[in-house]
Amino acid sequence: MNKDTRKVTIKAFRFNAETDYLPSYKSYTMEVGKDELILDLMNKIKWEHDGSFSYRRSCRHGICGACAVKVNGKATLACKQNAMELLDLFNNDITIEPSSKKRAVKDMIIDKSDFWEKHAAVKPYIVAEIDPRPESESIQSISQFDAMLDSDLCIQCGACHYSCPALEVNPDYLGPAALNAAFRFTSDTRDEAGKERLEIVFETGAGVWDCVKCNECAEACPKEINPIQKIGKLHNMQFEQKVAKSNVATRHAEGFVRSIRKHGFLDEADIVVYSEGYLGMYKHLKTAVKMMKAGKIHWQDGVPGIDNMPKIKNLDEVQKLIDISMTNKL
Amino acid sequence: MSKLEYALFTGCTAKQSTPELLSSTLAVADKLGIKIHVLEEASCCGASHLQDFDEFLAHVLNARNICYAEKLGLTMITICNTCQLNSAMTKHALDNDPELKARVNEKLKEVGLEYKGTSEIKHFLYTLIDEYGLDNIKDKVKVPLSNFNIAPFYGCHNIRSTDKHHSKTYGENAYVPTSLDELISALEGHPVDYSHKNKCCGFHVELQATHTSEVLAGNAMVDAIDNNADLMVTPCPLCHLKMDTYQDDVGKVVGRDIELPVLHMPQMVALALGCTEKEIGLGFHVQKAKQIFSEATA
Repeated sequence: MNKDTRKVTIKAFRFNAETDYLPSYKSYTMEVGKDELILDLMNKIKWEHDGSFSYRRSCRHGICGACAVKVNGKATLACKQNAMELLDLFNNDITIEPSSKKRAVKDMIIDKSDFWEKHAAVKPYIVAEIDPRPESESIQSISQFDAMLDSDLCIQCGACHYSCPALEVNPDYLGPAALNAAFRFTSDTRDEAGKERLEIVFETGAGVWDCVKCNECAEACPKEINPIQKIGKLHNMQFEQKVAKSNVATRHAEGFVRSIRKHGFLDEADIVVYSEGYLGMYKHLKTAVKMMKAGKIHWQDGVPGIDNMPKIKNLDEVQKLIDISMTNKL
Repeated sequence: MSKLEYALFTGCTAKQSTPELLSSTLAVADKLGIKIHVLEEASCCGASHLQDFDEFLAHVLNARNICYAEKLGLTMITICNTCQLNSAMTKHALDNDPELKARVNEKLKEVGLEYKGTSEIKHFLYTLIDEYGLDNIKDKVKVPLSNFNIAPFYGCHNIRSTDKHHSKTYGENAYVPTSLDELISALEGHPVDYSHKNKCCGFHVELQATHTSEVLAGNAMVDAIDNNADLMVTPCPLCHLKMDTYQDDVGKVVGRDIELPVLHMPQMVALALGCTEKEIGLGFHVQKAKQIFSEATA
């Protein structure tokens, strides 16, 4: 066999929501060339094995976002991903599945309505009073464009959205793609709805504070946009623009400064008390008692007036740096 | 082999709720003849939460920590995935943005420090594998872990996103991580293959999105148990805290009885190298784990 090609058997998820109760996996044996893409493999299944195999495809240039699938759980833009690379990574044993199995309509085709609803919810457009007959263009400088941090490159393929574990558990969560869009328009200097958008993405359950920080979105994005970086920026902007209100999540973020100023370390007991408030502590009592029994925490921890914390060396340096570097307030 | 020497950034948990992580790390280093300088000056890394509040301040504090490793001329090693990621992100940001580096150094100058970018930052797991070597560890095994099926739990911040770690993670692939599996095998344990090994434990939203957090932890633990794990091992003390201390609550949320000891990576190595019961510190676990010491030698 030519070393530039490899004969492999790949598996594909097959399902028709109109006729099937459960999905199945079918195997297809084919010759794969060194320059072929996952999209070429899907084409081979359809053209050479089974014409009923269904998937979305359009541009073949990594720009329309239609052909996102998963290969062995890895978010993959089929028209951009070299097949041999994945065969090497997964030891010649690959399974092509839709981006979201639970949303499958037919084979690789999923119902993406949840994605578009979330997208629409963040007002993904510039809101501005614009002269209907402008005499000049509304120009963006390079530095104004750079401030968008490539968030404008999103092709709405859904790779990050359907890789996000927070969204999998919490259907209210807006998810990384919608939050990236929120950042894209909020960071646009022509836009006037920034504060409103920051309030939308502040909501408990839906907004940025429900991100679990797993970085799956950054790993999944075929355009290397790094959605979690934008989620971080939205957190910062909520404090900068005074949208952040005091709640368990914001006190938890801000409480780090309080601990670090006192000890250099995070005071693990104090941060929970400070974030939850004394009344909110009842939720943690059972766990606290168990941790105490194991010697993980001590009865003095978090009790006001008793300083039971270790301190870092040269704590005065850290205190000074906080005083001269802090830019935000809750 | 010339003697390995590192500056250890302990992080906050090893100094408070997981003393067993620090004692087992130091015991492993001692057994392997690795010289450790504990960075007693280092502050909290911000754990991504300080970054949410004030990104610039987080860069200044992390840069200060790295300065102390630079002063010693040593690689800074971490024993927490989140410390690793946040320190590495500051290093990456400063090394690639001269303007930011200058702004940070302007602040650091006020306390007589300067960030240069001369020290690498690496998790202890990867220094053990890359620099000490699995074969060399194998030679030092006194108590083979052959009695245990061990589920490796990698923890997000050591493996994602790949671009934030560059080459500092043993070329680990986020979708097919192998380092912990190989370490378990080197200690003669049986690595458990399960699909949640590279998933999120939910620790970071414990307070504000408790349900999400517990479902994520539960899914991973149940998957490990269903694949016959006797215990779980993780290089991240935050994953450990989530899965060890909240095991009861997690079990209720996912509707299963969960009894799974969750070891820190250095505890597992310490066990195999024949470190003392006190050094391994299994008594500090919420889920009963002390029996592992006697089971290992049985």
